Amino acid sequence: MAVLVIAEHSNAALNDATAKTVSAAKAFGGDIDVLVAGHNAGAAAAAAAKIAGVRKVLHADGPAFEKQIAEAMEALIVPLMAGYDALFAPASTSGKNYAPRIAARLDIMQLSDISAVIDKDTFERPIYAGNAIMTVKSADAKKVITVRGTAYPAAADGGSAAVETIAAPAGPFAAAFVSEELSKSDRPELQSAKRVVSGGRALASAEQFQQYILPLADKLKAGVGASRAAVDAGYAPNDYQVGQTGKVVAPELYVAIGISGAIQHLAGMKDSKIIVAINKDEEAPIFQVADYGLVGDLFKIVPELTEKL
Amino acid sequence: MKVLVPVKRVIDYNVRPRVKPDGTGVDLANVKMAMNPFCEISIEEAVRLKEKGVATEIVVVSIGPQQAQETIRVGLAMGGDRGILVQTDQTVEPLAVAKILKAIVDAEQPGLVITGKQAIDDDANQTGQMLAALLGWPQGTFASEIVKDGDKLKVTREVDGGLQTVALNLPAVVTTDLRLNEPRFASLPNIMKAKQKKIDMKTPADYGVDIAPRLAVVKVAEPRKREAGEKVADVDTLISKLKTAGAI
Ligand SMILES: Cc1cc2nc3c(=O)[nH]c(=O)nc-3n(C[C@H](O)[C@H](O)[C@H](O)COP(=O)(O)OP(=O)(O)OC[C@H]3O[C@@H](n4cnc5c(N)ncnc54)[C@H](O)[C@@H]3O)c2cc1C
Ligand SMILES: Nc1ncnc2c1ncn2[C@@H]1O[C@H](COP(=O)(O)O)[C@@H](O)[C@H]1O
Repeated sequence: MAVLVIAEHSNAALNDATAKTVSAAKAFGGDIDVLVAGHNAGAAAAAAAKIAGVRKVLHADGPAFEKQIAEAMEALIVPLMAGYDALFAPASTSGKNYAPRIAARLDIMQLSDISAVIDKDTFERPIYAGNAIMTVKSADAKKVITVRGTAYPAAADGGSAAVETIAAPAGPFAAAFVSEELSKSDRPELQSAKRVVSGGRALASAEQFQQYILPLADKLKAGVGASRAAVDAGYAPNDYQVGQTGKVVAPELYVAIGISGAIQHLAGMKDSKIIVAINKDEEAPIFQVADYGLVGDLFKIVPELTEKL
Repeated sequence: MKVLVPVKRVIDYNVRPRVKPDGTGVDLANVKMAMNPFCEISIEEAVRLKEKGVATEIVVVSIGPQQAQETIRVGLAMGGDRGILVQTDQTVEPLAVAKILKAIVDAEQPGLVITGKQAIDDDANQTGQMLAALLGWPQGTFASEIVKDGDKLKVTREVDGGLQTVALNLPAVVTTDLRLNEPRFASLPNIMKAKQKKIDMKTPADYGVDIAPRLAVVKVAEPRKREAGEKVADVDTLISKLKTAGAI
């Protein structure tokens, strides 16, 4: 049996999600190859070769792969799958973008966002915003799977796999990258941060979000998240959204500030180890999942907490 | 340009889903159902494209039970022109949905298909991408802005690091994200007018698509329950509790 893991990377560096996906592939079993598809991505390929348990790294390099455009990923990966029993990709916005194209071309029903591998045909995945966990058995001979990042620890380094260069289709493709606007921050990345501080609608403006949430995050060396309401209102950028349709996080400490705790928000954070909620409404549903709840006005509590930490 | 908008009937997003005691699924008996929120955003975007003169006709499609007709009617009341219901009482997985949609696209020849990014019941996030691949079309997933630019469609996408813009050849598939627009409420006159609009009744067999599921549900279980913790009196207590717990 052989598994192809698709690496998530920035060309210069490998993202944590890759080693987590390798862990899920190990639970599935068989030889594990990692595909690094990128542009000038030699450094990412070298990093992938160091993950323990990887048989070899396939490195495909070309301009169309700089941003892993889905149409290009499909053209590259569909033929490769002749040699593999399963494809494992991170359930990132990138993996969610290209994996279903590959599944459809191979006539396979994709298993999205799995949280556990039971055996080579059987998997667990959350449905209904994590309000139910479904165990499904796939009848397809091959599998196309995206893996929930919080479900698996990153596989350790210690390997020394060979890197094999493979041809990258040149296109042209029917879609092209134009531009990007990435949020810049020196804080830990939301999905790999050990601590996360999130703000909700109660922050009431972008200025107050920055004034109250960021200093606390800095004190805690935490990543910053937000509820959908805070993002919709423009208090925080879209990539801060935690929840069913945003990012899923499971840090050691999650601090929810002025967030009510709608099921769609809980879906993205309720597997955090310790949850702290600060909310002026003692009936807010967030308190039903919080280990420590503080009832009161965030505009008084948060500065005091930041100062005393 | 004709625009096709597939809409799914799902549990209303305000309802807390309950797992059936026998572990076979989620209880949908007597539960309020509604249009998948992302599909409302898709309809709204199609209507705005029509108001801008980019779209000429909006066809609203649903694959599901007889009651999915109501979901199509909501789309027609928001501004859709006509509907197609592909009726079945079976569960239709995203791959089979994509195959049926492909057959409808082959027949209708739209220039653009707008799907939701995700159905809030199965949380699959794959139908639009699968349809694009089956058609050999480009895709703009998780869209927060769509602009027709000459013969291209520029789509701004919500991605993990921020925003990304891609240019798509047409025809194309777009999947909608939360920030694309705020769907309108249908007015009473438009709800009345929608009753006169035509809905074609079809079945999966009409399109020659085998909808037999590939995934057998072994069981559906409650997630691990999280116990509510304690309320603390003040910031000092919170800090000392967090220290004891090793969280800070
Ligand atoms: C299709 C769909 C997908 C969605 N996906 C997501 C998602 O991924 N993530 C997500 O977060 N949401 C998502 N939502 C939205 C979700 O349903 C809620 O609307 C949202 O989470 C509410 O955000 P909030 O808690 O910040 O705002 P509110 O619900 O308005 O809560 C604000 C809270 O702040 C408290 N408060 C007010 N003032 C103060 C003060 N001075 N001090 C302390 N507390 C105060 C209030 O008591 C209240 O509890 C989705 C919804 C839909 C329909
Ligand atoms: N049964 C269906 N009928 C019509 N459209 C559907 C159906 N299932 C999924 N879709 C479309 O595909 C999108 C994504 O669904 P999913 O891939 O299941 O998360 C939805 O928002 C709809 O636009």
